[in-house]
Amino acid sequence: MGKEKIKICDEFYDIMPPEYRELVDSATYGKEGRGWKDVGVAKELIEEHSLCAGCPESIAFRYVLACLPNPEDTVMVGSTGCTSLVFPHVAVHNIHSLFGNQNAVASGLKRALAHRFPGKIKDVVVLAGDGATVDIGLDMTLQSWFRQEKFVTICFDNELYANTGGQESGLMQKGFVSKMAPAGKKFDKVKLPEIAQESGCHYVATLTVSKPNRVEKAIRQAVLIAREVGPTYIQLYTPCILEIGKQAMEGLQEMRDSEGPNERFAFKEYISEEAKAYLASLEKEKKPAAISSTQA
Amino acid sequence: MEANTIIGTVNKKGQKIVEPEYLFFEAPRQQYFMTGSEVVREAIRRASVDISVAYPITPQSEAAAMVGDLYVEGYVGDYFRGESEFAVMSQCAGASFGGARVFTTTSGPGTLRAYENFPMWAGSRLPILINVMVRGINSPLNIQPDTLELGMILDTGMLIWHAETAQELLDYLLKGYIVAEEPDVHLPIAVVIDGFFVSHTKDMVMIPSADLALPPYNPYRSPVPCMDMEVPPVRMMRDPFVMKSNYISYATHASWQQEIRAAIERSRKHTIRLIGGLIEEENSDADILIVSSGTAVAQGREAIRLLAEEGIRVGIVKVKTLRPFPHEEIRQATKNAKLIFVPEFNVVGWMAREIKAVIPDNHRVIEGPHVAGGMTMPPEVIVEEIKKVLAGKKEVVRG
Repeated sequence: MGKEKIKICDEFYDIMPPEYRELVDSATYGKEGRGWKDVGVAKELIEEHSLCAGCPESIAFRYVLACLPNPEDTVMVGSTGCTSLVFPHVAVHNIHSLFGNQNAVASGLKRALAHRFPGKIKDVVVLAGDGATVDIGLDMTLQSWFRQEKFVTICFDNELYANTGGQESGLMQKGFVSKMAPAGKKFDKVKLPEIAQESGCHYVATLTVSKPNRVEKAIRQAVLIAREVGPTYIQLYTPCILEIGKQAMEGLQEMRDSEGPNERFAFKEYISEEAKAYLASLEKEKKPAAISSTQA
Repeated sequence: MEANTIIGTVNKKGQKIVEPEYLFFEAPRQQYFMTGSEVVREAIRRASVDISVAYPITPQSEAAAMVGDLYVEGYVGDYFRGESEFAVMSQCAGASFGGARVFTTTSGPGTLRAYENFPMWAGSRLPILINVMVRGINSPLNIQPDTLELGMILDTGMLIWHAETAQELLDYLLKGYIVAEEPDVHLPIAVVIDGFFVSHTKDMVMIPSADLALPPYNPYRSPVPCMDMEVPPVRMMRDPFVMKSNYISYATHASWQQEIRAAIERSRKHTIRLIGGLIEEENSDADILIVSSGTAVAQGREAIRLLAEEGIRVGIVKVKTLRPFPHEEIRQATKNAKLIFVPEFNVVGWMAREIKAVIPDNHRVIEGPHVAGGMTMPPEVIVEEIKKVLAGKKEVVRG
């Protein structure tokens, strides 16, 4: 799309909604170096949202949006949950269809865009909670990886069904007492990052959103690899402070506590050989350009 | 308009893009003897379909596989096997959201597994065409035809056309896209046939040349934004109407549901033009009428012939579209009838309920005969039912 397409006809400029004028005048669209530092500066990265005060998901959402390398040609696919309350505030097209079918919808969408716009970059990014990704939608999550569908799957893992009030999920820790797990959860946290790797994902990362630089790098790599090589998966810890009994200001600390070397969200990254070669080729492309610009 | 500029051009496969009306009514046709599944293949060959997703379930597997052959031949843009009917219908949704013309098929238990998607398709105004080849729904296990699944799909917000013959199947598949994609309709459409009776038997079908094709879908004629980022994103929506408890969100939701139903009704004018009316009548001035859809109508025609031999005059009203339901047409066609029989391939009699709901003096409606679980409906069964009622051996008025 690019910013050119969203220019406002001069005669209508003064009657357009201020949000729209702002998007056209100063969106981060089309800027190579866009990233998490644009959060708080660019209004399109959710100025307002309808999540709880202090919700880690809200900042995760902003980072993801800010780090998309190509937002003007990206479509996001969400699922039922708190994310579906925020998507209407976002300046990127998004689809919310049913609970758990996000990877199936994304498969059809990505193929349709590839068919309609051959040779043009069109990124598809799935963003769903752990219930949608690992429980009700696990079949479709895995099958999209088996089929090597070229899109990113991001799981906002808050280790429970937060939107419905804190029920047990597959990614919940063993022993955690929650609604529908009254005697504590009976089985281990599903090892989706490992399963993702075995299922054909070319990039897999597990992390929290306490370190924005790290999130930015992971998101960018996931999008770029998905675009050219194959499916990628990112699991971000975005605790539901409400359901685990934390105060509004304690979300960040909860994430820091959970990313220690032996903790559940210790930073882990897997890159397939094919994806490594692709990233290296991108680096090579950059370097000659830098040399030629200095020579010029 | 944009559509006109493409007429007369040639697609990647070398087919000439022609006006739909030309393809439907003017282009020379040749006669072929083929199964319903093969007819599906020939319709899709001419339908400029971008994406098709398939999943095996009898009796639609054969047609779904043949669409795969079209993909290899280059007539269909993309094709793959989904992991279940729920996933397939979700993949079709994604493709349609992305602006593609989409085709898929389903049957019986698969239709039910897919079910949650159908109202979502309608609510999202996705003009997906699905060929439903009805069959029994478990349990007991049965793969034979049964229209019970149709009764369940009636109120999803989809258009539903019920073909009786292979010829209608071909025409409805092609014409269905044109009606479903009209901007004032823009809804999913189910083109229905009775599994096996139509899908697996050979019939004479008149088919236009394979060198002709429908104009491709233009996603920008949609009443909702196409999800391809080629148009500005909807950032101006600062107040999400989904799930927010305020008056505007309630009003939006309620009016949206009404709008979908209104769009179904608006499809009438396009449908009547293309398929020649929502019903068909034969001897409808008779005191006794058979009213039904699909192959129950074909069996009804044979019953009429058998009864005529005995001097009993019976007429028939064939319902071609279940959504929109031809209320007024049925009211008019049945206004003089004393008895209205509704033979159905299902146990619940949803078609009789639909008819009873729209005509006056509905004690005239005899619910049945019914056959279920894949039983055929010999015309003699219809004849016997009519004679029983006429002889007073069966109660007409039911509580």
